[in-house]
Amino acid sequence: MNYEFGFYVFMLAAFLGFELIRRVSPLLHTPLMSLTNAIASISVVGAILISGEKDASTLSRVLGFIAVVSATTNLVSGYLITDRMLKMFRKREPNKK
Amino acid sequence: MNIFQGLYLVAAVLFILALKWMSAPATARRGVISGEVGMLLAVIGTLLRHEVVNYEWIVIALMVGTAIGVPLAILMPMTAVPQRTAISQACGAFASALIGTAEYYRLYPHGFTMAALSIEILLGFLTTTASLMAFGKLHEMLPSRPITYKGQNFVNLGLFVVAATIGGILVVHPENTMLFAVFVGIALLFGILLIIPIGGADMPTVIALLNSYAGLSACAMGFALDNKLLIIAGALDGSSGFILSIIMCRAMNRSFTNVLFGAFGQLQKSVGSTETKPVRSASPEEAAAILEDARSVVVIPGYGMAVAQAQHKIRELHDVLVKRGVEVRFAIHPVAGRMPGHMNVLLAEADVPYDKLIEMDDINPELGMTDVALIVGANDIVNPAAKNDPGSPIAGMPILDAYKARTVMIIKRGMSAGFAGIDNELYYMPNTLMLFGDAKAFVSSLVKEISATVHA
Repeated sequence: MNYEFGFYVFMLAAFLGFELIRRVSPLLHTPLMSLTNAIASISVVGAILISGEKDASTLSRVLGFIAVVSATTNLVSGYLITDRMLKMFRKREPNKK
Repeated sequence: MNIFQGLYLVAAVLFILALKWMSAPATARRGVISGEVGMLLAVIGTLLRHEVVNYEWIVIALMVGTAIGVPLAILMPMTAVPQRTAISQACGAFASALIGTAEYYRLYPHGFTMAALSIEILLGFLTTTASLMAFGKLHEMLPSRPITYKGQNFVNLGLFVVAATIGGILVVHPENTMLFAVFVGIALLFGILLIIPIGGADMPTVIALLNSYAGLSACAMGFALDNKLLIIAGALDGSSGFILSIIMCRAMNRSFTNVLFGAFGQLQKSVGSTETKPVRSASPEEAAAILEDARSVVVIPGYGMAVAQAQHKIRELHDVLVKRGVEVRFAIHPVAGRMPGHMNVLLAEADVPYDKLIEMDDINPELGMTDVALIVGANDIVNPAAKNDPGSPIAGMPILDAYKARTVMIIKRGMSAGFAGIDNELYYMPNTLMLFGDAKAFVSSLVKEISATVHA
């Protein structure tokens, strides 16, 4: 494994994150937080790897199962509510229902 | 290169694009879709990996998670968005901590991998309990006032040192499972102790910081599993949470350490002198008459608007005033509410067009030319003491210059002090009118008054 390479990736991604987030309008800070919160549920990848392994122990399977459930909860609700929030941001006078 | 590596690479690009498109409202929804597709590719790529052979439990777990996540997103009222974010964060961090634990019991790794796992587990469990505590405080199941005791910072710091030491020992002797259990216990306890002294008004900073921790935990997992996609996504989330909490700190003119260890909002000085000074109050009829005659009105919402669920009534007020030719805008303070951007989401929910929501720095120069500043459920963010009184706990905090407006109207239940526990001199200024009552009820009587005169 090449840790040094990993640190380079981390450093570049962190700087990129800083630059991208700085540009986000304060108007969207709440949806931004739900979005990054949803992106952090990428841990579902690790959870699947743990629980899907060929000769995983019972402990791994149980922990992996709970991890997949909670990561998916975070993932699904994070993306759905971000979209729900953004749907409400409208520029023009809203049409009367 | 395996197919999953290609999919991971595309997913990483999509995550970056998601954040890039998030910067403006016009492209933000594209950003969400990009993030969703990225996540889908990451999951598919992982399921295709040859290490993954047992699908049935994964599929069941994915379905259970979806079954919990969908109602959590769809049924939550918009006023509960801070709580939802906290609980969702707790789930994500918990997943990450459990994966770290499973990985530990699988390999008992030495050296670098164990160090990465320790960080993942520490941040994961800590963020889990801290987010649950934040949820409790935001949902008012727990008292939102900070709870302090003597030597609190000493205890927290000591606990951190112990956790770091145990983490260090585990890197050398990973087979010591007893010590590992203690490590997990300390991480869980640390999360609770960290949030106990945090008050409600500091939640925007803390929620953002916890978001950052959850990301860094996923990032550490990336190092432990040698997975670049996890490193990238975790780093993006980590830096995003971090920069947001810096923005929040700056908006309160406070440092990180002060927010985390300062236990703000328990100072209760000068409350006794409140009753002596005279205030002018007005009825809905009088206030409506002033609003009708105004040319420009700036509404300043605060957490009180969220509590009273007054955002829809305020939109109605905006509509009737605009119909009469009054220019109505909304001034948004960066830390108004309980999470970054809280007010914007509530007003957007009530169909207020977002180009009417003006940031502090842009609206402040114009408040001097504004006829009426209508303050709904905000207090400290308009308190001139932040500028005039160097001894005030909020001294130096940037505020919305509501006091410059020709008339200041403040809708408030009573004369109680704001979150910082300090009196607001704005209430006693000669051009201030206090409108006593529940925000929602008061605004709806204003709407009734104004629309009655339209038809007359």
